[in-house]
Amino acid sequence: MLLIHCPYCGARPEIEFRYGGEAHIARPSDPSALSDGQWTEFLFLRSNRKGVHAERWRHTHGCGRFFNALRDTVTDKFVTSYKIGDPRPVPDEERR
Amino acid sequence: MNITGAAARFSFATLLRNAASGHARWSRQWRSPEPKRGYDAVIIGAGGHGLATAYYLAKEHGIRDVAVLEKGWLGGGNTGRNTTIIRSNYLWEESEALYEHALKLWEALSHELNYNVMYSPRGVLMLAHNLHDVHVLKRHVHANRLAGIDNEWLTAEQAKAFCPPLNILADMRHPVLGAALQRRGGVARHDAVAWGYARASDALGVDIIENCEVRAIRRAPNGAVMALETTRGVIEARRIGVVAAGHTSVIMAMAGLRLPLESFPLQALVSEAIKPVLPCVVMSNTIHAYISQSDRGELVVGAATDQYVSYSQTGALHIPVHTLEAICELFPAFRRLRMLRNWGGIVDVTPDRSPIISKTPVPGLYVNCGWGTGGFKATPGSGQVFAATIASDEPHPLAAPFSLQRFVSGRLIDEAAAAAVAH
Repeated sequence: MLLIHCPYCGARPEIEFRYGGEAHIARPSDPSALSDGQWTEFLFLRSNRKGVHAERWRHTHGCGRFFNALRDTVTDKFVTSYKIGDPRPVPDEERR
Repeated sequence: MNITGAAARFSFATLLRNAASGHARWSRQWRSPEPKRGYDAVIIGAGGHGLATAYYLAKEHGIRDVAVLEKGWLGGGNTGRNTTIIRSNYLWEESEALYEHALKLWEALSHELNYNVMYSPRGVLMLAHNLHDVHVLKRHVHANRLAGIDNEWLTAEQAKAFCPPLNILADMRHPVLGAALQRRGGVARHDAVAWGYARASDALGVDIIENCEVRAIRRAPNGAVMALETTRGVIEARRIGVVAAGHTSVIMAMAGLRLPLESFPLQALVSEAIKPVLPCVVMSNTIHAYISQSDRGELVVGAATDQYVSYSQTGALHIPVHTLEAICELFPAFRRLRMLRNWGGIVDVTPDRSPIISKTPVPGLYVNCGWGTGGFKATPGSGQVFAATIASDEPHPLAAPFSLQRFVSGRLIDEAAAAAVAH
């Protein structure tokens, strides 16, 4: 079971959280202007990264708030978690 | 069929002869060749689906200059990790056609491959625990019968008669109100499926190249695929079929493509071996438990996926615990059994829980993926329709509804909503 760091409550066990899928997929600002291909991209296409993955979590059985996290999908180890609206941090692995 | 010096056909006579010589003279069943400079077609992934694709390319389309590349060992991914359930009782017509096509191939597969895949149509029982389940499963029964697929409704008492260890007492947390039974459903030996296809395709001239990880896809100026860079050198190919299950997104990213896929760990576990006790496959979508008994006597239990994207081939303990709680309530006699092994496989899940068998925007690149948590049952059918798609550069009629185009047109085949569960 993952130990997940909620930016508001601290480290808690995974069963308190629900996964929210890939982070930083912005809702279209003008939905009626989107082509079918752009809808496909927004609704269905995912990076499904093997490596550091930016994802949403919700502390359902705690504060109830959404936040984002970076996690390595090979080791399942969290790099960091951050508040919704903050930009995606650049982890050390990606700086090198 | 013996064009490459591969093993001779199995028969009662070869069995007797080898028994008489103490089983010391069985030959290798397939070669371990060095990769050639190039091939007509290269399949990425030597699991059941990839090997089946290569087999039908060689057998039905005369394309024998084929290599199957595998980064690990043959059948070592989800083919060797799944719980081997075979059934075709899906809801939508497109799925019914595809899975029933596969089920019909299973029925003759041991004969076709001259290899015993131990297909055992012992019946798949899907339990209903509430009124909604009853409605959903009855709808499946009727839809299947209209499509000519066997499926029947059993009362709780009839379900218990078919599967005696099942608990149908009314005071359970999730009482059994009835069940849908597909008698032709069952299980097969997963390793034997990979080995049987490997042996049969090798005999037709297919090169199976293990420990060969694809690192990059080289493209021609017109965008078409040209070659693969692998850990065993550059391999040229005009046609590339990607059958890489959980790693499909990784391979397709090498061609600059994003797919509607997310990869999750799916866990399974087996108990210690006991005498025959469970005569069929029992599934419960509502309380998420899948169980059957292997020929070795182990109870084979399938659990749910973990909730997060991962490539780790392992998952959290609370997932199998949840499943085992359900199993213990359905089968109180199993409570004292010890579980021997627990593992995870990485499954590629689509938004509508239906597979993708498709051409791609890149000429010469084809993809067969998104089988999610239930691909094993489709192995022969998946390989056959994907081989036809690669050979003719046109989707096989059964594969056409499962193209990538459905995520643009919106014509999804929503088995997730139909079953309310990943399968």
